[in-house]
Amino acid sequence: MTKELLEGNFAMAEAAVRAGCEAYFGYPITPQTEILEWMSHRMPELKRTFLQAESEVAAINMVYGAACTGTRVMSSSSSPGVSLMMEGLSYIAGTEVPVVLIDVVRGGPGLGNIAPAQSDYNQLNHGGGHGDYHQIVLAPASVQEAIDMTVLAFELAEKYRNIVVVMADGSVGQMMEPAELPEMRPVTRIQGDWPVTGNVGRPPRVLTSIYIDPPAEEVYNHKILNKWYDIQANEIRYKEYYLDDADFVVVGFGTAGRIALTSVRAARAEGIKVGLLRPITTSPFPFSQLDELSKRAQGMLVVEMNTGQMLDDVRLAAKGRLPVEFYGRPGGMMPFPDDILGEIRRLAHTPLTTEGDPRKRWMDRVRTGELMLR
Amino acid sequence: MQTEIVFAGFGGQGALFAGQIMAFTGMDAGLAVTWMPSYGPEMRGGTANCQVIISDEEIGSPLTRTPLAAVIMNLPSLDKFEDRIAPGGVMIVNSSLVNRQPTRTDVDWLMIPAQEIAESLGNRRLLNMVMLGALLQKLPVISIEALEKGLDVHLPERHRKFLKPNIEAIRQGAAFARGELTVEATPGANGHEPEVIPPTSV
Repeated sequence: MTKELLEGNFAMAEAAVRAGCEAYFGYPITPQTEILEWMSHRMPELKRTFLQAESEVAAINMVYGAACTGTRVMSSSSSPGVSLMMEGLSYIAGTEVPVVLIDVVRGGPGLGNIAPAQSDYNQLNHGGGHGDYHQIVLAPASVQEAIDMTVLAFELAEKYRNIVVVMADGSVGQMMEPAELPEMRPVTRIQGDWPVTGNVGRPPRVLTSIYIDPPAEEVYNHKILNKWYDIQANEIRYKEYYLDDADFVVVGFGTAGRIALTSVRAARAEGIKVGLLRPITTSPFPFSQLDELSKRAQGMLVVEMNTGQMLDDVRLAAKGRLPVEFYGRPGGMMPFPDDILGEIRRLAHTPLTTEGDPRKRWMDRVRTGELMLR
Repeated sequence: MQTEIVFAGFGGQGALFAGQIMAFTGMDAGLAVTWMPSYGPEMRGGTANCQVIISDEEIGSPLTRTPLAAVIMNLPSLDKFEDRIAPGGVMIVNSSLVNRQPTRTDVDWLMIPAQEIAESLGNRRLLNMVMLGALLQKLPVISIEALEKGLDVHLPERHRKFLKPNIEAIRQGAAFARGELTVEATPGANGHEPEVIPPTSV
């Protein structure tokens, strides 16, 4: 295979096809409609299922149904559409069936706008639908990672019978980069003792999210939490840049993370010993890696395209050992590298504190005009 | 070493495609590239721009505030990007539609009657390639020969018949930038209302 110049959305769609996705259900929404567009001709061409549903609510429930039969299935959407899917996702989590969802996040809340944003971190990593459950969230920062994470999503979903979300943003979805697609895998149905495939010659199986008896629901809640600990132990992924001798650590995921890489290099050129940790799984979150870094660094800077959501996870990992500062651009705004460079200089050259609320400090600097929004 | 180039104009002037050909050619040379479009509502009939980055290492940010070069196809794009070009950078401005000169003195800029040159080749849609040729003459981040080969390899099949005119347009643009081609902007062209050019597929 050789590298091709690929747009993120088309690349994720073709990666899913090659990972053996047998059925796709979705509804168009910018900035991810190209995924649907690609699937609309590619899936029928391969005699697989493509269906544009009447809404995201319907699409996710079609996904739910197909997943119950052991079919490798996915949907994709963007923020407002994913909100509509929350009920279905909760039922999927309650039934423990494998599902892949790509969310190309855009500015919000509400209808918001179609620009790149990371404002759905909490929804995808800490919440979403009702009930006690966790989903695996992968945060690609490039077209190649978007491809690799899409393939990985199907593997993890089936391995753990879990929801896996590829959390991209409009930048990853719309940009073109050289990337390599995987080999085409054959379509296979998931085997095992749970898919409902017709009970000829065997006892019937039941897949449901109803545990009307509270003790039974409690047992199920314990079961999926224990599974989550397995996932935490085995599936944390992240990328490190210049951390070996770093006095200061920038933490950013996805597009904010790769923008920060440019800033970190510029700060290094000025002699600031700064490195970057870019979580690739934001759920499970690389807590222990940040815990270690917080023992040897002098300060951390969290950079996000929102008002500080992953910030709370970083602060949890840092346990107040070192100052954690925040810089964000919400609402569909992308920071430029020199914005983050200015924050790294501030981290390295001004007195810091472990007291107070870093989000509030950042907001106050914006409100008073000390921090110029350019 | 990293080079950032903005391509900006009205939808339909070929700004996005010019950037893509640049990105393809960089990729073929084994370099890291990114192509990042403005994909907002402005695509639907207004201004369109993309930023291309070519680098010899993993590219961080796909956008920079201060690109090294810009290909400016209309006046709104000049107004938007002139102040942002890095000192020492390059700006190629389409004098067929832009009725003022840049005011920057620390940027190597060139006014080129790209539309007239394209029309002299028989197709005004060659404007983007004329400007790309002029850019590479001023900023040889990749060679004109490599760009021509890139076009040959990556021009979509349905546009194959435009390969030769595209290559001729690149060469004419480069010749103009070298001062070897004299073309007058059509009298009255500066300042007149731009005609609406229907969008072409990229």
